Amino acid sequence: MWSENTESSMNNTDLVRQSLKKRYLKEQIFKAVGMFSIVAAIVFLIILLADIFTKAMPAFSQTNIELEVTLDAGEIGVGTNPTEQDLMAADFRRVIRNALAKQFPDVKKRKEKRELYSLTSMGAEFQLRDMVIDDPSLLGQNIKVEFMADDDVDAVIKGAIDRTLPESDRRVKDQKLAWIERLEQSGQISKQFNWHFFSSGDSREPEMAGIKGAIKGSFFTLLVTLALSFPVAVAAAIYLEEFAPKNRFIDFIEININNLAAVPSIVFGLLGLAVFINFFSLPRSAPLVGGIVLSLMTLPTIIIASRSAIKAVPPSLREAALGLGASKMQTVFHHVLPAALPGILTGTIIGMAQALGETAPLLMIGMVAFIVDIPQGITDPSTVLPIQVYLWADSPERGFLAKTSAAIMVLLFFLVAMNAIAIYLRKKFEKKW
Amino acid sequence: MNEAVLNDLAEPNKPDHAGPETEDSLNIEYTDTVGQPLCEEAKIRTKEVNVYYADNQAIHNVSLDIGENEVIALIGPSGCGKSTYLRTLNRMNDTIDICRVEGQILLDGEDIYTKKQDPVLLRARVGMVFQKPNPFPKSIYDNVAYGPRIHGLTRNKSELDDLVEESLTKAGLFQEVKDRLDAPGTGLSGGQQQRLCIARTIAVQPEVILMDEPASALDPIATAKIEELINELKENFTIVIVTHSMQQAARVSQRTAYFHMGRLIEVGETDQIFTNPAHELTEKYITGRFG
Ligand SMILES: Nc1ncnc2c1ncn2[C@@H]1O[C@H](COP(=O)(O)OP(=O)(O)OP(=O)(O)O)[C@@H](O)[C@H]1O
Ligand SMILES: [Mg+2]
Repeated sequence: MWSENTESSMNNTDLVRQSLKKRYLKEQIFKAVGMFSIVAAIVFLIILLADIFTKAMPAFSQTNIELEVTLDAGEIGVGTNPTEQDLMAADFRRVIRNALAKQFPDVKKRKEKRELYSLTSMGAEFQLRDMVIDDPSLLGQNIKVEFMADDDVDAVIKGAIDRTLPESDRRVKDQKLAWIERLEQSGQISKQFNWHFFSSGDSREPEMAGIKGAIKGSFFTLLVTLALSFPVAVAAAIYLEEFAPKNRFIDFIEININNLAAVPSIVFGLLGLAVFINFFSLPRSAPLVGGIVLSLMTLPTIIIASRSAIKAVPPSLREAALGLGASKMQTVFHHVLPAALPGILTGTIIGMAQALGETAPLLMIGMVAFIVDIPQGITDPSTVLPIQVYLWADSPERGFLAKTSAAIMVLLFFLVAMNAIAIYLRKKFEKKW
Repeated sequence: MNEAVLNDLAEPNKPDHAGPETEDSLNIEYTDTVGQPLCEEAKIRTKEVNVYYADNQAIHNVSLDIGENEVIALIGPSGCGKSTYLRTLNRMNDTIDICRVEGQILLDGEDIYTKKQDPVLLRARVGMVFQKPNPFPKSIYDNVAYGPRIHGLTRNKSELDDLVEESLTKAGLFQEVKDRLDAPGTGLSGGQQQRLCIARTIAVQPEVILMDEPASALDPIATAKIEELINELKENFTIVIVTHSMQQAARVSQRTAYFHMGRLIEVGETDQIFTNPAHELTEKYITGRFG
């Protein structure tokens, strides 16, 4: 057939050549489509990140107003040798108000005075109080202190409120703007990195609100999740892969583990509310319950990842150990598990990252409450990062806009860090055979 | 060589052998095993062994004795059940769920398939070397020391060190690796890895060593080293070796057993099998007409 005559063989080459053209064209199109998808994905990612980043920037700096205050013991209402308790109850607000009134002596009307006093943050008096508690010898002295500015002042300084707008369209009125400008001219206004954002809990005042409470809440929640789900999931995966008999019951369990992974997370939240809080009376809003609920969610993820990691261990390794007379247990724990560890760890960290970003089930168990105190343990009421984002995004004050984006950045930072650790661990423990 | 073989070699294009042989074209009735499957001083006796993978029978009624301190080679076409038979001898088939073994297998007169026989203890007495070198992803030292450690064969570190050195020396590997015992075993060449696996097996001091095509993944020089090693090991161990290479079987073994389609066709002295096979199937196999 093939060697009948040269003519037909010529034809064949031509045919191949023709079909080659088509094949190359298809390849080109496929490549182009692939490139396009990747470029589109990257562009969207960059837009998203750039948007978050630019919006978050203001939250990382803090406007301060420097004032000279007279810390007179009589003025704040304490004796000569005040105890810490006395100082806690002392009236530091008055000292700050006096300082402002001294700076702007022409302000007389009650209403105007109230405006004047709102230049500094509500937190300024606590700032002063903490300073004096730290160093009581400051009493009776004249000192210069950089007070946290109110969020309106902050917005003006950062340009979030446009000074050129007509007064009726502006949140900050002309008079207040004039004060701010005078303070600016006298060099009393400064900006610094906002450490406060990382060292304090939530607040109703945007300039005082910090992310630390949510970070610690997330940390405690993930700790509980990890402690519960990792050992259980790995044990389940080992049993199912290595020891379980092959029968219908085990098949049934397998199917249900896969189903569990597909259950909408809010359902777990309802379960947590009904079982752990209402039935077992565990504390509401606590990382303990949050962690238990999230571990129900991450269990299937870790089990599935661990099983595939265990399955991927070459059978020759098991045979080598068994052939030497190692028992099943020894084979699993000395050889299979170490070989599967990178995969198991990767799966675990991915499960944890999922848990870190989870919001819905935690809403159901009350972690959405407004909590100012930074949690100290797994039973303290707290919130978590994604819910903090949700709470701030929901707040009307414009100062929270930047805080929201900043919280998203913190969340993304932890997610990226966790994924980086997963990749690092996989590289480190990966062994060749 | 006998005349039939020579005739076949002289006339390779005989019409009835033109195509690949099929079971029908061979048209040969199975008989009982020919030759001498039994021996006086048997280390392992297998009696009427049948092995099934689910409903599929892989070994049919095999009775074979393996003598003390002999090297016996199992040969036969691919898929004839050599590996399956070999793996029944140390119960490696237990790891395959669908595999079922019938019949009697006696090690030193004791049935190894009874309930009270512990497969872990059995595998310490009957070691195994696999077709593909499969060192643990650990150091060379730990590879060899693993068996003695789990069985508690040594009392202290220096005894273990000695045992590791001795095993590596017996496996002919010590000179090559003595400066890098901490290096990973997986970093050795294929032939070195296989000798490491042999060292690992003999470190447990088994009585029998099963080898499933131990040199099939190796080049001729590494193969020669392994064969040399087998010749030395037969002083102390009983060795059952599966091989595809008839030259190899001829070089290392005293007796050879020929398997075909799950049946043991012929057993005999290696010289006799290769020069004067008694069964027609054996003859066709060793003259290279199927396999
Ligand atoms: N795990 C298994 N499950 C099912 N069937 C199997 C299994 N292992 C082997 N078999 C079957 O048993 C028969 C014998 O296989 P075995 O591996 O013992 O052959 P072999 O002689 O070692 O072949 P080769 O020389 O190619 O290694 C084959 O038909 C094979 O398909
Ligand atoms: Mg085989």
